[in-house]
Amino acid sequence: MKVFVPRDAAAIAVGADEVAAALVREAQKAGVEIRLVRNGSRGMFELEPLVEVETPEGRVGYARLAASDIPALVAAGMLDGKPHETCVGVVEDLPFLKAQTRLTFARCGITDPIDLEDYAEHDGYKGLAAALALGPAGIVDAVTKSGLRGRGGAGFPTGIKWKTVADAKADRKFIVCNADEGDSGTFADRMVMEGDPFMLIEGMTIAGIAVGATKGYIYCRSEYPHSIVALNKAIASAKRAGLLGDNILDTPFSFDLEVREGAGAYVCGEETALLDSIEGKRGVVRAKPPLPAHVGLFGKPTVINNVLSLAAIPFIMDKGSQAYADYGMGRSRGTMPIQLAGNIKNGGLFEVAFGVTLGELVNEIGGGTLSGRPVRAVQVGGPLGAYFPPSLFDTPFDYEAFAAKDGLIGHGGVVVFDDTVDMLGMARFAMEFCAIESCGKCTPCRIGSTRGVETIDKLRAGEAPQLQREILADLCDTMKFGSLCALGGFTPYPVMSAMTHFPEDFAAAERTLAPAE
Amino acid sequence: MQPPTYEPWSPERAVEIIALHADREGALLPILHALQHAFGHVPDAAVPLLAGALNLSRADVHGVVSFYHDYRRAPASGKVLKLCQAEACQARGVGQVTKEVEAALGSKIGGPSADGRVTFEAVYCLGLCASGPAAMLDGRLIGRISPDRVAELVREARA
Repeated sequence: MKVFVPRDAAAIAVGADEVAAALVREAQKAGVEIRLVRNGSRGMFELEPLVEVETPEGRVGYARLAASDIPALVAAGMLDGKPHETCVGVVEDLPFLKAQTRLTFARCGITDPIDLEDYAEHDGYKGLAAALALGPAGIVDAVTKSGLRGRGGAGFPTGIKWKTVADAKADRKFIVCNADEGDSGTFADRMVMEGDPFMLIEGMTIAGIAVGATKGYIYCRSEYPHSIVALNKAIASAKRAGLLGDNILDTPFSFDLEVREGAGAYVCGEETALLDSIEGKRGVVRAKPPLPAHVGLFGKPTVINNVLSLAAIPFIMDKGSQAYADYGMGRSRGTMPIQLAGNIKNGGLFEVAFGVTLGELVNEIGGGTLSGRPVRAVQVGGPLGAYFPPSLFDTPFDYEAFAAKDGLIGHGGVVVFDDTVDMLGMARFAMEFCAIESCGKCTPCRIGSTRGVETIDKLRAGEAPQLQREILADLCDTMKFGSLCALGGFTPYPVMSAMTHFPEDFAAAERTLAPAE
Repeated sequence: MQPPTYEPWSPERAVEIIALHADREGALLPILHALQHAFGHVPDAAVPLLAGALNLSRADVHGVVSFYHDYRRAPASGKVLKLCQAEACQARGVGQVTKEVEAALGSKIGGPSADGRVTFEAVYCLGLCASGPAAMLDGRLIGRISPDRVAELVREARA
C-alpha cells in the first residue's frame, strides 16, 4: 500500500521528515507493509504535513500531522483510510484543488518527483516526443501560437524570444532557466523543482532542440537547498535514460544540463545579472541592448526563461497550442500558478486561467486573513509589486489589467496583510530592500533607495511632511524612469501605491501635530 | 539536510578543491561554494589562490566574494540562525518573533549572540511564504514560528 508524505520544503519545514520516519516505524510495528512515496506538495500549506493513504476510494488525506500523532493514527486505522479528526477525506475532492485548472501542476503532489517511470506514466516526455515530430521551426511556431508569455514577471512572448535565438547564428547557444525565485510571496518555481523536476528538464530540452542550443543551466537560489538536490537527482536519472546528453533518444539532437547555485543576491533574478553570475562574476546588471537572445551567456545567443515558462512547454507540445491558448483572457493566455501567501487562511499554490479577480483569490479561495482580522492591503508581484487596497479587488488577474491599475502581476505572488499593517513601514521596507540588494551599477537605484529610506524616516519624524512626500514622489519618478533594471525601476510601485492608496499612513505625523495648534 | 561540519582552513586542501572545479565554465561561484562548504567561510587567504588558478586579478576575485551575501569572510560564531524578514513573513508576524529572538539571544539581528553560540541573521525569503514566519537553522528549515515557539527555537540554536 502506498503512503505519501511530501518532500516539499514547506512540508519538511513543519516536520514532514519526522512524520515519514514515524510512519515507517509504526507500520513496521503493526506488521503492515507500506510503500512510502515522498511526493511533491499539493500546495495547500495550511494542511502540511499532509499525509495521503491510497485507498480504493482514492487518496485519503490526514492533515497537519506531527510525528507524535502517528502511533495513535496507525492504531486508529489510518493505513486503511479510516476516519479520524485529522482526516480531510479524499484529497482530490477538496474544494481548493477542485476549483483549479492544473496544467503545469497536473502531476505535482501526485507522483514521486524523482521517479522517471512515474513521470512517464503520467504523460511525462510526451511533450518531447511531440516536439521531435514537429522539428525546431514547428516547436517555435507552436510556442508562439500558444500565447505563452514569460512567467518571471515581464510577460514577454516566449515564442518571439525563442525565434530570435533560433535565427541567431553562433557556434554555441544556451538555454538558461531563471530559478532565482527571490520574490517574497512566491514559491511556484520551488514547488516545480521539488515536486516535478522532470517537467522542467523536459521543457528545457525542448527549448534546446527548438533554438539549436546544446547546453542548459538552471540557476537556482541557494535558499532552496531541497530544490537543488531534487534537480540533480532528476538530471542524473534523465542522463541515464538517454534523455539528456548526446543524441537524445537516438536523434541528432544533443542537450546537456547543469544546476548552478546562486549565492544570496536578489538582483541575480534579473536576467542579465544572472548571466554574469553564471559566468563567475558579480551579479551586475548589463545594459540592453544587446539582448541576451543575441549576446547572452558567455557572449552567445541565449534563451533565458523562468521556471514556469519552461515548465509550461511540455503541456503545450503534448496537448497543442490551442489547448493552452483556450484558457485565459485578452493577451494573457493559458494558466497562471498563483501563490497565495502572507496573512491568508488558505495559503498555497492555486493554478487557474487568467481572469480570476484579486478579490476572488483573497476572500473566496484564500478565505481571508489567517489572523481573522480585516484585509487591509495585498501586495501582488513580489517586493517590486504594488499594494492593492480592497477597493481594487475587482481587478482581474491579467498582465494588462494590473498595469492599468499601476501594478503588476510579476511572478504571481499575492501577499495578504491585515489591518495591523503599517503602510509607511512597508514603503520604507521596499526602499531598504532595494538599498540592500542593489547591484550598484546605476545611480537612481543605488543612491535613490538610500535617499528613499532617509526621506521616509524624516516623514515619520514629522519633519516637513508635505515636502518629504513631494521629494519621495519625485525620487520614485527618477528611479522608475532612470534605473537600468526592474529592481530600481519597480521599487517605486510598492512605495507609490502605498502612498496613493493609504495616504492616512503617510499623514500620521501631521495628524499627531494637529491637536497642538 | 545534515548540520554542517567544517574542516580547519588549509591552503593545500583549498588548492585541491579549486582544481576539482577549475575547468568548468564560469568556475568561480561553484569553487567559492565548495570552499565555503569545506571550511565554513572563504578567508582572504583563498583570494590569491583563486586568482592564480583562474587567471583573474585579486581585485576581481575579491569583488565577487564581497558581492554575494552568502560568502563569509570569517567563520560564523556557533550555529547560524537565519530568520526571514521579507514581506510575506512580516505579514505573518515575524517582526514580533524577531524582537523575541533578539531578547533571548541578547543581541541584534545581523551578528553573533551575546554568548557567541548563535549567529543570528536576516534572510530574504525561503519560499515558505504561506508557512511563515520561517527560519533556517544550520541548513534546516523551520516553519510556523509563532512567538510561543521562540524559546524552543533559541534552545535548539544554542544546543
